[in-house]
Amino acid sequence: MRNAAAALILALSAATAAAAGEIWVTNEKDNTISVIDADSLEVVRTIRTGKRPRGILFSRDFSRVYVCASDSDAVQVIDPATGEILHDLPSGEDPETFFLHPDDRHLYIANEDDAITTVVDVVARRVVAQIDVGIEPEGMAVSHDGRIAVTTSETTNMAHWIDTATHRLFANTLVDSRPRHARFTADDAELWVSSEIGGTVTVFDTATQTEKAKIRFAIPGVHADLIQPVGFEFTPDGTTAFVALGPANHVAVVNARSFAVEGYIVVGRRVWHMAFSPDYRRLFTTNGVSGDVTVIDVAKREAIRSVKVGRFPWGAAMRPVKGAG
Amino acid sequence: MRWSHVCAAAALASALLAEVASADVSVAVTYLRQEVERPPVLSGLDPVPEDLGLAGAELAQRDNVSTGRFLGHDYSLEVVSVAPGGDLLDAARQALAASPLLLVEAPAADLLAVADLAEAQGALIINVAAGEATLRGADCRANVLHVAPEMGMKADALMQVLQGRRWTDTVMIVGPTAADRALAAEYRRAAAKFGIRIRAEKDWTFDTDLRESTWAEMPRFTQDLPDHHVLLVADAADDFARYVLHNTWRPRPVAGGTGLVADSWAPVVEAWGAAQLQRRFERAAGRKMRGADFDAWTAIRALGEAVTRTGAADPAALRAYLLSPDFALDVFKGRPASFRPWNGQLRQPMAVANDRALVLMAPVEGFLHRVNELDTLGTDEPESACRAFVR
Repeated sequence: MRNAAAALILALSAATAAAAGEIWVTNEKDNTISVIDADSLEVVRTIRTGKRPRGILFSRDFSRVYVCASDSDAVQVIDPATGEILHDLPSGEDPETFFLHPDDRHLYIANEDDAITTVVDVVARRVVAQIDVGIEPEGMAVSHDGRIAVTTSETTNMAHWIDTATHRLFANTLVDSRPRHARFTADDAELWVSSEIGGTVTVFDTATQTEKAKIRFAIPGVHADLIQPVGFEFTPDGTTAFVALGPANHVAVVNARSFAVEGYIVVGRRVWHMAFSPDYRRLFTTNGVSGDVTVIDVAKREAIRSVKVGRFPWGAAMRPVKGAG
Repeated sequence: MRWSHVCAAAALASALLAEVASADVSVAVTYLRQEVERPPVLSGLDPVPEDLGLAGAELAQRDNVSTGRFLGHDYSLEVVSVAPGGDLLDAARQALAASPLLLVEAPAADLLAVADLAEAQGALIINVAAGEATLRGADCRANVLHVAPEMGMKADALMQVLQGRRWTDTVMIVGPTAADRALAAEYRRAAAKFGIRIRAEKDWTFDTDLRESTWAEMPRFTQDLPDHHVLLVADAADDFARYVLHNTWRPRPVAGGTGLVADSWAPVVEAWGAAQLQRRFERAAGRKMRGADFDAWTAIRALGEAVTRTGAADPAALRAYLLSPDFALDVFKGRPASFRPWNGQLRQPMAVANDRALVLMAPVEGFLHRVNELDTLGTDEPESACRAFVR
């Protein structure tokens, strides 16, 4: 009886998954992207890329996918329908991560080997600006209103605040050791920055660029040194953040209002980044060492499946698919 | 609204102005080197680079400058190299008159002589070369921090890995120099600590040109050793170890001086962001980064990190911060480095590697410690004879 009901619910949820979609995962050591069907949780396509693909994101209308091919020193533009590489964008050396300005036209790229943030016009395919930042820039974010870009530098240990109108730095704020990832909250009131070696997430007040909170993590049985926050994502209602903790092999669930850690979810080994399914019911984390993707049930806050992908899965991005199913 | 105020304020100030920059801070460091006559070695393949160590310090100096420009912190690095037989103490006095921050690359006795100068009291000296345990024990000095790993940290890392593999039976070939014998003593101590047996030892006695006779000579030399899992070679100057590998009577792996080697760094470390540091170093120095380069890099970066976090440049404030639990330096090895507050030794993972790949970044999982697993490598607090660090 219960089984039948469960099967029915499962069937219903599959049928009502109006927002079908795919999760695109870059495999750093395979030079490929694994495309996972967000409903069947199967790898449905594998797409070749340049060398050492890491950061990945889609254009606003999902008609283009941009991939940082770090060791090819290029950002590649791929047609997501065909998997064909359309062209490379000039990106500066060793692009690791990037962020697309809300104007859908300017890519802000962190050039890890060059201590530079490069701004590229994706239509004109040219470099608009290069901004000197700290050593080993990595995290990259642009505010939703488009006014501020932030680069974090791993060795300099700073968030560099860039005025997108002038492409000049207007603030440089220290964070804990080895900052990896930065995101503005949906209302742009806060900037969150994860520090991998420091083991913390720093929350900045955007208006003043001052530290508002610092989130720390503790998992029983896991040494503090191994808790290394990297990628994170907010739920669309802005109440919760999921934070990947690297070699701690857990994702933390953080209350984004109180900054309290509400729980930890066990995932694969060395968890890097993550992406939600189109309906936000599932969260997909890339696990670099175990070479798989963990699928998390967002409501239940537990892992439900792992999906084998290529070697060293790193970046993740969601693509909705119309008319699927 | 608030945004436009921020912009206006920023436009008035320098584009690089940072909120944390309160006042301009100037940080001058001297890299003081006592040049030594190195013993001749059999092979001419790997001469010791003249800028060994120094090249790491220079890279870290550039890293610090890059951070400092956002904070109004100014860094300079002066290099003073004293020829063999030269007056190191006079050079040290002059350096200390210019700045109380001193990196020292010198043998243990010279390091102590510098630390005990009247002019050095209140200075902050960082040892980037000498690995002797006594410098961290009975001969420790409050004004000296050690970034160079204690010799025992490397030996412990190696023995942990052997124990982790359950390769518990070893034999050892010991070179003829005092440094070789000191190294062999560390291997014996570490082997006992981690339950590794050294079933027999042989002194290295060859004085022929091994480059042309290893094929015949080495099997005979190793034939009478009892069976073992691993052959250890104590060869501090990298003299003969390379001729042992693949020339032994029994087909066994070699560890210590060649084969499986423990050091603070190796050119094969690539995870934890290390590939970036390797690339930056290679671009700057035109060669691969070695352990001594990494140690000097770490020393300058540690000072830079302390200046960045405290906004201070005086040695007392920097020393206090470096020894505090707040100090956590990213050293591209997966765990932050920090200083042991009881003797001033930097605790950090040790790379146990062969020529082609990292085998493990020690400590090995499962070697537990009540405070920090990194303290399973080297002399731990309860055994320490150091009394100069008041806690």
